[in-house]
Amino acid sequence: MSDSLHTVTALPTERRTGCPFDPPAELLDARRHGPLSGFTHPGGKPGWLITGYDMVRSVLADPRFSSRKDLMNVVDFQLPPAPPGEFLLMDEPEHSRYRKPLVGKFTVRRMRMLTERIEQITADCLDAMEAAGPSADLVTAFAKPIPTIVICEILGVPYADRASFQEQIDTFMGGEVSDEELIAAYTATQEYLAQLVAAKRAHPTDDVLSELTDSDLTDEELRGISLILLAAGFDTTANMLSLGTFALLQNPDQLAALRADPALTDGAVEELLRYLSVAKTFHRTALEDVELDGHTIKAGTTVVLSYNTANRDPDRFADPHTLDLGRQATGHLAFSHGIHQCLGQQLARVEMRVAFRALIDRFPTLRLAVPAAEVRLRPETADIFGVKSLPVTWDAK
Amino acid sequence: MSAPRLSADRERCIGAGMCAMTAPDVFDQDPDDGLVLLLHTEPPAAHRAAARMAVGVCPSGAIAFHEPEPGGS
Repeated sequence: MSDSLHTVTALPTERRTGCPFDPPAELLDARRHGPLSGFTHPGGKPGWLITGYDMVRSVLADPRFSSRKDLMNVVDFQLPPAPPGEFLLMDEPEHSRYRKPLVGKFTVRRMRMLTERIEQITADCLDAMEAAGPSADLVTAFAKPIPTIVICEILGVPYADRASFQEQIDTFMGGEVSDEELIAAYTATQEYLAQLVAAKRAHPTDDVLSELTDSDLTDEELRGISLILLAAGFDTTANMLSLGTFALLQNPDQLAALRADPALTDGAVEELLRYLSVAKTFHRTALEDVELDGHTIKAGTTVVLSYNTANRDPDRFADPHTLDLGRQATGHLAFSHGIHQCLGQQLARVEMRVAFRALIDRFPTLRLAVPAAEVRLRPETADIFGVKSLPVTWDAK
Repeated sequence: MSAPRLSADRERCIGAGMCAMTAPDVFDQDPDDGLVLLLHTEPPAAHRAAARMAVGVCPSGAIAFHEPEPGGS
C-alpha cells in the first residue's frame, strides 16, 4: 500500500519538448509515486488513474471491471450504450457474440498467409516513394497506405472508395477537428459502411465482411463491426509505422543493428509496440467495490488505464525508457490484455514486420529531412498517438 | 517422474493467438473458430519454457500449467 495518495487532476495535454516517444511527465511522475493515483475526470467526476504495469494488467483481466460505454462515469450526463456491433465497449456475453465469429479470420496462421500480399503492397508503396524521391512524407507515402490497402482488402472495401474512406477515418481519429466535423465524418463513415454491408449481402465477394453476412448478425451489427475493424486497422498500424520509423531514425545504433540482422525484426516490432504504445489510454468501470493497493474503487467509478506509462514501468521492464530492440518485450500491453485484447494484433505484427524490414532495406540512407524538433506530432488528446507527417530524405542511387 | 501437464479452456479462450505465436510447437489455433488447440498436453522439455511463457501472456487465462504433485509418480 502506498503511504499517501498521489493525485492527478487531468490527463496531460502535452509531452515534454524533445521527448516525442515518452508518456507525458505528469504520468511518469504518477507512476513514480505508485501504481494508483487519484484522478478527476473531465466532467468533474472522481476517478482513478492507473499507471503501474501489474495493476493495469490485473484490472484488464478482472471481470469486476466493465468496458461498457453506458457505465462509463466520466461526464455529468448518461452515456448511451455502444452501438450494435461495437464490441470493444461491451461486456460478456454481448462481447463474445460479436468477437467469436471474427476470431477464426484473424489467426496467426491466416495472417501469416497474407505476408506475400503485404510484401507486394509494401513494395508498390516503396516503388512510388522512390520514383518521386529523394524525399517524401513517410506518413502519406508509406505508413497510411499500407494498412489502409490491407484492411480494405480483408474487408472488401472497393479500391475506388479507399481514398475518401481514409480521409473520413483520419478526421474522426485525428483528434483535432471541431465537434461538427467529427460528427459529420462519423456519420459519413456509418452511411458508407451501411451501403457496403448491403452490397456484400446482395453480392458476396471473397472477403471477411461477405463471410460475416453468412452469420446471424444483422446489417446494423455488421456495420458496427466493420467500423471497429476499419478504424482499428487503419489508424493504429499507420501510426506505429510512422512513429516507429521516427523512433528508429532517432536511435541510429538500434536502426543499424536491425538493418544488419533480419532475425531481430520480430523482436524489434514487439519492442516498438512496447516503447511507443500508440493506443495509450483506456477506461474501465468498477461493477462492485474493488480493493486496489489499499484503496477502495467504489462501484460505478471509472478508472483510466495508461498503457503507455505501464509499458514504461521499471518494475516490469528494465531501463524502460531505452529503445532496446534486442530485449524481451513480450508481455507488453500495447494490444491490451484480458478479453478485449486486440483482435487484429497478428495482422498488425505481420504488417509491421514486413513494412519496417522493406523500408530499411530499400533506403539504407533514410534520414529525417527536418530537425527532429520540427516533426509535427498529433495532439496528446488524440485517441491514437503519432506524427502528423514525417519528412524524410535519402541519397538517390 | 511425470512432466507438467497443460490444460486449455476453449470457453475462456478469445483467440488472440498469443499462445500459437509464443509456443507454436505446443499450441495452435483451430482453423475454423480460431480458438486454442493443444498440440501437447505434456510438452517435451525443449518446449516447456515457451509453453510457460505462453501461459503467462495468455490474455484470457485460458491455458494453465499443472505441476506434478510433489512425491507423485
